[in-house]
Amino acid sequence: MSTATTTHTSVPGREQPPLLVAGPIAWARANLFSSFWSSLVTLALAYFIIKYTISFVDWAFLKSVWTVPADPVTGRLNPDACRQAKGEGACWAVIWDKYRFILFGRYPYEEQWRPAIVLVLFIGLFVVSAMRRFWRKELALIWVATLTAIFMLMWGGVFGLAYVPQDVWGGLPITLILSTFGLACAFPIAVLVALGRRSTNLPAVKLLCVIYIEVIRGVPLISLLFMASVMFPLFMPEGLNPDKLLRAQVAIILFAAVYLAEVIRGGLQALPKGQYEAADALGLSYWKKMGLIILPQALRLVIPPLVNTFIGFFKDTSLVLIIGIFDLLTSGKVAVADPIWQAFSTEVYIMLGLIYFCFCFSMARYSRGLEREFSKSVRR
Amino acid sequence: MSSTSTDPRIAGGRKAPAKGITLSWSDPRLRAIVWQAVIVGLIGAGIWYLASNTATNLEQRRIATGFDFLGTVAGIPIGEHLVPYDPSVNTYGRAVMVGILNTLLVTVVGVALITVLGTVIGIASLSGNWLLSRLCNVYVEVMRDVPLLLHLLFWYAVLLTLPPVREAMMVIPGVFLSNSGLKVPLLVWEQAHSFFMLALAAGAFATWLAARRATAVQHATGVRPRVWPVALVAMVVVPVAIWALLGGPFTLEVPVKGRFRFNGGGSISPEFMALMIGLVLYHAAFAAEIVRSGIQAVPSGQWEAGGALGLKRGTMLRQIVLPQALRVIIPPMTSTYLGVAKNSSLAVAIGYPDLVSIVNTTLNQTGQAIEGIALIMAVYLSISLSISLFMNWYNARIALVER
Repeated sequence: MSTATTTHTSVPGREQPPLLVAGPIAWARANLFSSFWSSLVTLALAYFIIKYTISFVDWAFLKSVWTVPADPVTGRLNPDACRQAKGEGACWAVIWDKYRFILFGRYPYEEQWRPAIVLVLFIGLFVVSAMRRFWRKELALIWVATLTAIFMLMWGGVFGLAYVPQDVWGGLPITLILSTFGLACAFPIAVLVALGRRSTNLPAVKLLCVIYIEVIRGVPLISLLFMASVMFPLFMPEGLNPDKLLRAQVAIILFAAVYLAEVIRGGLQALPKGQYEAADALGLSYWKKMGLIILPQALRLVIPPLVNTFIGFFKDTSLVLIIGIFDLLTSGKVAVADPIWQAFSTEVYIMLGLIYFCFCFSMARYSRGLEREFSKSVRR
Repeated sequence: MSSTSTDPRIAGGRKAPAKGITLSWSDPRLRAIVWQAVIVGLIGAGIWYLASNTATNLEQRRIATGFDFLGTVAGIPIGEHLVPYDPSVNTYGRAVMVGILNTLLVTVVGVALITVLGTVIGIASLSGNWLLSRLCNVYVEVMRDVPLLLHLLFWYAVLLTLPPVREAMMVIPGVFLSNSGLKVPLLVWEQAHSFFMLALAAGAFATWLAARRATAVQHATGVRPRVWPVALVAMVVVPVAIWALLGGPFTLEVPVKGRFRFNGGGSISPEFMALMIGLVLYHAAFAAEIVRSGIQAVPSGQWEAGGALGLKRGTMLRQIVLPQALRVIIPPMTSTYLGVAKNSSLAVAIGYPDLVSIVNTTLNQTGQAIEGIALIMAVYLSISLSISLFMNWYNARIALVER
């Protein structure tokens, strides 16, 4: 607080009211210019932010190339305009040319409305599942129905839809299938493994669960995916050869189950012992005790960390790129392998980043909102 | 589980249940044994089934088994190696070792950089400066909501669009940046430098002893003797004097720009740079969140008490808050470090020769998938285990001792 430099002498002894306690200037003084160093940091940051924002806007919007003309003879796009703008402006023409390939991969061009509907169904499913109004048993039915519809749309072969083999699926639907289906299957396994690890009178089962969890947690997902792509075919009996997507899906399920199990175990441990004892006192069997009393409370406790784990898995599905499965990231990478667009991969990666960001950020915001709501009810 | 026979409530009155297992389905002990036998049996049968399938398949495809391939000449060219490696002479075993060392290098450098950057960003995000804390929040959100693999591909693409060697950018004199990586000057190593390093290490040890003594004196008398003169003499004056006495050699081997490549100097490949930038930017966001929540977990009374003692903000942070926050920070930070070790395996996507990438090439050449993957898993399991053991030890060391 600065000492008063006022010239008022009429009211001796009385301090002047502070000049500003509210309003933008007071706020700026408190939060941006509270000390010499703070002011210096603010000014330096403001300088860099303005400078880089201007050059980014310049690159992304003002000097960027949105479309390129097609060569009249060959019909191929001519990226010369992009090449000239290289380094100064973005070449969004690559997105304009390739966005359907990036989103849907090699799915037949005329049938791409089907994966488009699948995307809408997926997003609808997520939104419905996120609303607490729908948290009841019927939600499981909705999931089964939606997932069935999704696979029917993707495969076709029914209701007059043309059959599309699985190896031409690609893009965002694959990413969503791998993550959603993976988590839906991993969740029950995770619950069982978490219960097994906590069990006191089944030491052999407990040991198996501990080994499973610790081994999988100690190795990278890539090694499991390699295992899925090169070792699973050796495991299977003669003639039975599940396709690559299914094998990767199994690896992701095995991997996700472990991390989910550890989160669920946290919930089981956080529950007061009295709940277990009360259930025992009622003479409930083990499964009734868990299903009716322990799990509903334990799972509720860990919903926010569960959502965070979901975010991690959504991102981790991109690792299937390494074993050559056509997910969103792979189709983006393949799109920029096109000779005319080879120099413009940055633009495509930025767009992919935006798509991933939208999904992950909304999940993260949702998880934070839930956390706040839950802590409110606990406090009450 | 309390044993039923010692329960005082049934000491009198009813007869205690028999100690042995009764052959009745209502005996939980019998049920437990039966269930375990069933589950273990099922899993064992499943494993046996898969193993027998594998054996048949391996035989049919005439794939050799065992780790003999590690002794044969590899012929895999590896761009970056910490130990001497020649593809025409060295074996697969040597190649795998090169891979392990590269993985360890990425992990160690990555963990160090992530700790520093994460701590700085985590503390800055709690700064009173609105702009700074906002910027840190935005950084965390943006970085951690994009897959790491995309980070790597993006940074690799960005590094490859740098100008070619002919037009390499000079970042600072002697350091060149081009699409073939970063070129840095190297010090020509002479004996004087080795002695300098030895003296430096001895000086550091002496300083550590002095600091310990200072703490003991402070505990006894309340006055802390000055340590910095000792540090100055032991860690600066003496080593420099030794170096100067030995002639003070200082020659830099500066990279010289050729037409297509640089001659001389040290180099950092674009693959390593992209891997490092991606790993560090991605994981630092998580580390920053951990540091931030750790600091916030320290009750605000601690800050206020420090303020009441008239300490500066920086002193409070260093002496009061961070030591307490560390206890909250260490366990989640351990899993971040484990994540770095495991995620360094994504190097295979941009062609950095880490363990996974080399073993992947090996198993493509030899067809011995099972051995290769077992090797990867064993190495990562040992790395993970060592990191958790070390962090557990450190955690126990800094844990609050309650009397």
